[in-house]
Amino acid sequence: MACKTQGVQFNGTKEQEAALKEAIALLKDTKGSLMPIMQKAQEIYGYLPIEVQTMISDETGIPLEKIYGVATFYAQFALQPKGKYQISVCLGTACYVKGSGDIFHKLEEILGITNGECTPDGKFSLDSCRCVGACGLAPVMMVNGDVYGRLTTNDIHDILAKYE
Amino acid sequence: MENITIKINGMDVSAPAGSTILEAARLAHVEIPTLCFLKDMNEIAACRICTVEINGGKLAASCVYPINPGMEVWTNTPKLRDYRKKTLQLILSNHDRSCLSCVRSGNCELQTLCKELGVDVDDYYDGAKTPSTPDESAAHMVRDNSKCILCRRCSAVCEKVQGIGVIGPNERGFATIIGSAFDMGLGETSCVSCGQCIAVCPTGALYEKSSIDEVAAAIADRSKHVIIQTAPAVRAALGEEFGYSIGTNVEGQMVAALRRLGFDKVFDTNFSADLTIMEEAHEFIDRVQNGGVLPMITSCSPGWIKYCEHYFPDMTENLSSCKSPQQMFGAIAKSYYAEKMGLKPEDIVSVSVMPCTAKKFEIGRDDQDANGSPDVDYSMTTRELARMIKQAGIRFTELPDEEFDTPLGLGTGAAVIFGATGGVMEAALRTAVETLTGEELERPDFADVRGTEGIKEATYRVGDMDVNVAVASGLGNARELLNRVKSGEANYHFIEIMGCPGGCVNGGGQPQQPGFVHNTTDIRALRAKVLYDEDAAKTIRKSHENPAIKELYETYLGEPGSEKAHHLLHTTYVKRRVNEI
Repeated sequence: MACKTQGVQFNGTKEQEAALKEAIALLKDTKGSLMPIMQKAQEIYGYLPIEVQTMISDETGIPLEKIYGVATFYAQFALQPKGKYQISVCLGTACYVKGSGDIFHKLEEILGITNGECTPDGKFSLDSCRCVGACGLAPVMMVNGDVYGRLTTNDIHDILAKYE
Repeated sequence: MENITIKINGMDVSAPAGSTILEAARLAHVEIPTLCFLKDMNEIAACRICTVEINGGKLAASCVYPINPGMEVWTNTPKLRDYRKKTLQLILSNHDRSCLSCVRSGNCELQTLCKELGVDVDDYYDGAKTPSTPDESAAHMVRDNSKCILCRRCSAVCEKVQGIGVIGPNERGFATIIGSAFDMGLGETSCVSCGQCIAVCPTGALYEKSSIDEVAAAIADRSKHVIIQTAPAVRAALGEEFGYSIGTNVEGQMVAALRRLGFDKVFDTNFSADLTIMEEAHEFIDRVQNGGVLPMITSCSPGWIKYCEHYFPDMTENLSSCKSPQQMFGAIAKSYYAEKMGLKPEDIVSVSVMPCTAKKFEIGRDDQDANGSPDVDYSMTTRELARMIKQAGIRFTELPDEEFDTPLGLGTGAAVIFGATGGVMEAALRTAVETLTGEELERPDFADVRGTEGIKEATYRVGDMDVNVAVASGLGNARELLNRVKSGEANYHFIEIMGCPGGCVNGGGQPQQPGFVHNTTDIRALRAKVLYDEDAAKTIRKSHENPAIKELYETYLGEPGSEKAHHLLHTTYVKRRVNEI
């Protein structure tokens, strides 16, 4: 089976590890502390790769699978880091009926990644989102702070090229 | 506790306060269908099959809803039957319905419910299906999520009973899927191969890797001498596959069936269980007298061994170096027996029937091939044997009782109780006490270590020493016991640990019983009674009095613990981690 551990190389530092271990030591004897520990870990690392989840498992004795189950249940947890350029495509109703699904698929195709993932070079990450409040410009996507509206699939190449 | 009176289907029913509707209904012999529910283990109201109407129409899951005074419950209205049927149809809409070729066809709980509740259209809600690929990475089993109904019984037994938790629900909503962290295969995790998940799975989503075809091919190969050994717990449960009630001893008919399947010799793991006691009792006495590592812990259960390696790697020195009875049998079959029969080890195909799935992992471990080829070539579960018997068209219930072949078919009462928690300890004590004192025990019974409790303790006078012993079954209990040992809170000399709760009789390879039976019957105690009854009825009840074992030592091995015995009958362990990345 394919293991979802490929992708961006994990570059955790000793300082991050120490900070996580300190947070775990503080929280782990409290009932229901898994979520706060995971939130803290995401705050420290920006995402929860297998290396980080394993540290949480080893320190708390909570099975890795349980941590992974929580991480994949809640949208707030990310398994992949965000890219230098974070792309979000609105899949809200107005954008969707205007074809944002096609925009999203085009991005998946070009970047070779899917929802929630990051390209191996760490440049682009792709997320779907719900309504950015610019329905008049539908379909809409954002790259970091920049909003692009009234898109067609033909526009995607040129937009990405701006960030190469 | 005080009782509360409620009305169920118009009848007055009195049940203890705090009972669930399901429990109260059972007291009144009103059965409510269940699917995900397993008492004390999986009480999560996930499947909604047990839904009832309360107080005039409100729907509630009876497995978790507590009774209140004056409550009115209806369990079988047209509205409920329709609701349950729709629930089943929704489950079926995301289920691979290739039932005819499914390993569970005929004893699938989903299939049974669909029949009982009259599901006439099975594709009513068909649409998208959650994508999945079967996981075949583990040595002992396959996980096929296309047959999974997300009842979570498997993850409950894995996490709550065994304390392992290598499988569980991942993702959310329609994408929810049972799996391991980061979609790892089970074989890449710290799964110990106990198979308890298979034992509680209601459908064909979890099943052992079958060796039936390989064994049948070996039997058909005339150039091979195919021998089979059967573990003690198999005779206590195999009958369930053929309609006998739980707790029926089918040893004689099992032997007859194996002969009719074409095995050249039908032997008994009881023989090598006695041999294990000889080696293990010797090792224990040696450790006590010569300052070896204590407590010594038994090593018969391969699920327990793998657990110890992953979760208590600092205690592998406490494990007895004895191979398990399965492996000792194979090593003797391909050496002593081969020589006796004028066969080469490679001409023998050594097959076992075990109540266990971890035995499939064990046969492939390092240092389990004393004669240059695997001690055991194929290890089958009790369920596989039943399937093999059915495939051959053998009418099991009509078979006569037959006897095991000699010499590797001879076992004592001490050996047969290996299949129940506490049995190995009792068998070892029988031999250790008599060896050390030189006197015969008046009654060879050590009742304190019997019974299905998870952890048992006792102190026995062995020679001039008080020996503290403990027995644990189920890995959650094992962890608790070992933590007590590590903290210094408890001080034992000898510990028996079995991976499955109740010991081998409740092993992961035993016949599957539906949730209803799990919830209302003490399966472990009924099967264990078979073994203790057989022990009590035996004339020879101590391993060191087994004439075949005596002869083996006199003519071949020398003494227990001899160099030859060490080469053939002892093994080594590795240190693993819980999370290896």
